[in-house]
Amino acid sequence: MTPAETSSPVWTRKDLIGLEDLSRQEIEMILDTAPQFVAVSKRGSGIKKVPLLQGRLIVNWFFEPSTRTRTSFELAAKRLSADTLTMNVQASSSKKGETLHDTLDNIEAMHSDVVVIRHSFAGSAHILAERHDSHIINAGDGAHEHPTQGLLDAFTIRDHVRKQKNDPEATIDGVRVAIIGDISHSRVARSNIWGLTKLGASVVVCGPSTLMPQDIARMGCEVTTNLREAIKDADVVYALRIQLERQAKCLFPSIREYIRLYRIDNESLKHAPEHALIMHPGPINRDLELATDVADGPRSVILEQVSNGVAVRMAVMHLLVNS
Amino acid sequence: MSLVIKNGHLIEPTAKFSAPTDILIEGKFVKQIGKNLSGDEVIDAKGCVVCPGLVDIHVHFREPGFESKETIASGSRSAARGGFTSVVTMANTRPVIDSAGMVEFVNRRARETSLIKIHPAATATKGMQGLEMTEMAELKAVGAVAVTDDGKDISSSWVMRRVLEYANMVGLTYCAHCEDESLMEGGAMNEGYNATRLGIPGLPKAMEEIRIDRNIRLAELTGAKIHIQHVTSAGGVEIVRAAKARGVRVTCESAPHYWTLTDEAVVGFGTNAKMNPPLREAHDVEAIKAGIADGTIDCIATDHAPHTPTEKDVEFQLAPFGIVGLETSLALTITGLVETGVITLERAIELMTSVPARILDLKYDKFETGVLREGGYADICIFDPKAEWTANPNEFHSLSRNTPFTGMKLRGLVKKTIWRGSLVYGT
Repeated sequence: MTPAETSSPVWTRKDLIGLEDLSRQEIEMILDTAPQFVAVSKRGSGIKKVPLLQGRLIVNWFFEPSTRTRTSFELAAKRLSADTLTMNVQASSSKKGETLHDTLDNIEAMHSDVVVIRHSFAGSAHILAERHDSHIINAGDGAHEHPTQGLLDAFTIRDHVRKQKNDPEATIDGVRVAIIGDISHSRVARSNIWGLTKLGASVVVCGPSTLMPQDIARMGCEVTTNLREAIKDADVVYALRIQLERQAKCLFPSIREYIRLYRIDNESLKHAPEHALIMHPGPINRDLELATDVADGPRSVILEQVSNGVAVRMAVMHLLVNS
Repeated sequence: MSLVIKNGHLIEPTAKFSAPTDILIEGKFVKQIGKNLSGDEVIDAKGCVVCPGLVDIHVHFREPGFESKETIASGSRSAARGGFTSVVTMANTRPVIDSAGMVEFVNRRARETSLIKIHPAATATKGMQGLEMTEMAELKAVGAVAVTDDGKDISSSWVMRRVLEYANMVGLTYCAHCEDESLMEGGAMNEGYNATRLGIPGLPKAMEEIRIDRNIRLAELTGAKIHIQHVTSAGGVEIVRAAKARGVRVTCESAPHYWTLTDEAVVGFGTNAKMNPPLREAHDVEAIKAGIADGTIDCIATDHAPHTPTEKDVEFQLAPFGIVGLETSLALTITGLVETGVITLERAIELMTSVPARILDLKYDKFETGVLREGGYADICIFDPKAEWTANPNEFHSLSRNTPFTGMKLRGLVKKTIWRGSLVYGT
């Protein structure tokens, strides 16, 4: 080995925009930083806080309604002892004559360190990161990426692989993940495809042909419209949230037929291996894309995803600011 | 007062002329073309090509209504810097150019402020609503050179059919922006792998091709002439090629960005790579070049579409469609088509002068446009075909800066533009 390979890796990026940009080594660096923060959150009697970002200002800037992601980021910041400011913007600021850049200029005038942005248009985090000094964390930009979700999902899968194999160094190489649902509109699917395949997992995406974007196989995944085929060798079955309003856009005929073809329930799971984990980015449409007894059942790791989300986001903030 | 252009290489495609010669200009007119001419003033065109002033039959000068993007004055300065002496301005201003009064307004602003010849196009339907046709005979009488609802297609096939029939009777060509808007659904870039990975809703090629085909078939039905604007895809080229083989009276244009860039240019979310129809894929670029080489694509037009930096400095999906093109068109043609051997320089000039002028039968007083002849108006472009330069929007004469070519090394630099005997660009 060359010295470069043996020395411990160093985080060099200012921002986290997408997992497409990251190397396997960078993704692993985040995943390897997270366990210490899992431990912080689990402190039973002690203080669930570390002073790593004390005195720093972290701004959560959300253009879309979000409970889970916003609270997760807010909690992550607080457990790192940062000051937090949450801005929920109802209308796009551009409608008021102010551009995204103007608004960030104003935030930066108050000396922000990290800006977490959730926006309904692809590329919004990217264009801000290019021009501004704050560390930008993409908390979801349109149908583009949701990198912290991809990271927390990879972390959760790896954690289970390690437990199953009883090997604290195990990787997710060779693990097979089936992502089911509306792939077209899903930033979660895209970040997971990039992240998981970089870590050596194989990913198959499955959903109705009307919700499957063109040429997605070029991202490095397999594609099928057949649920049984997708889940038959899956170690992880990952259900995506289906937006009910897509029906009005003629993207699928009815909830009833969606359930018939794509719902993850005990019936469809007969075709998946028994050990397969069940994941979902939340919030769940109960009994629509995911049956209640499966969501709440023993194979479901959905709440672990939520717990891990805080730790992974702490790891990201820590690496961005303190490296 | 006479002016002589000496030591240049004249390319005049309609005369099949390409050789060193001098050109003597007296007043507004070309007095003589020949060897060893002399005049009161001399322009030394050593190392340069001298050709008819370039013609662009598809530009948006935004006046009236959007004067912060461009005006007839600023657009004409931009055109002059690009070597153009005649342009056809699209009618999707605010208000739209759908009446004789509006055509006369453009003509008046052109007389008052333009450095070059402005040929206004008018809309084919009132208010550009796609419902009722405009008074095309009167529009033509006051100087409209074409009818077009450019910026949109005409949704109703019934209306399009009647527009084509009526325009043909009046002697105007319909310039067709082909787009099935029902396939749009928020689309902002070419549908394909890059749209998928960027998470940007796509504009499928079929959206354009369906309407190229429909509009051509309606022209075929009615016997009308039709000009298809901004062809971008392999499928679109193929539809036009097949129609020409059937004998349909169809012409078409493509723009420099469609053979220079692909949808890879959108990676990074730069809004200056956003236009409609959008940048396509590598095999489409090859098809556009092949279509230009075999004559399926008749001419080059820029679809010069200025937007202010502020309007473009937003999220990709919110940005307006369009890029400026007049100041890079000749260089992108030389760089992308001539230097690469797709067509000769002589042919390139033909595609930017006489061919587009003839598609819309552009006359300037009694003179044909896009030619350089003794006795005719002295509309001339002088450019160095070998000079290298780097595209820099801060140097543009347009009011807008929305180009995807910033920093690109280009070959072929306009040195001087002469309109009706007067220098309108260069020193």
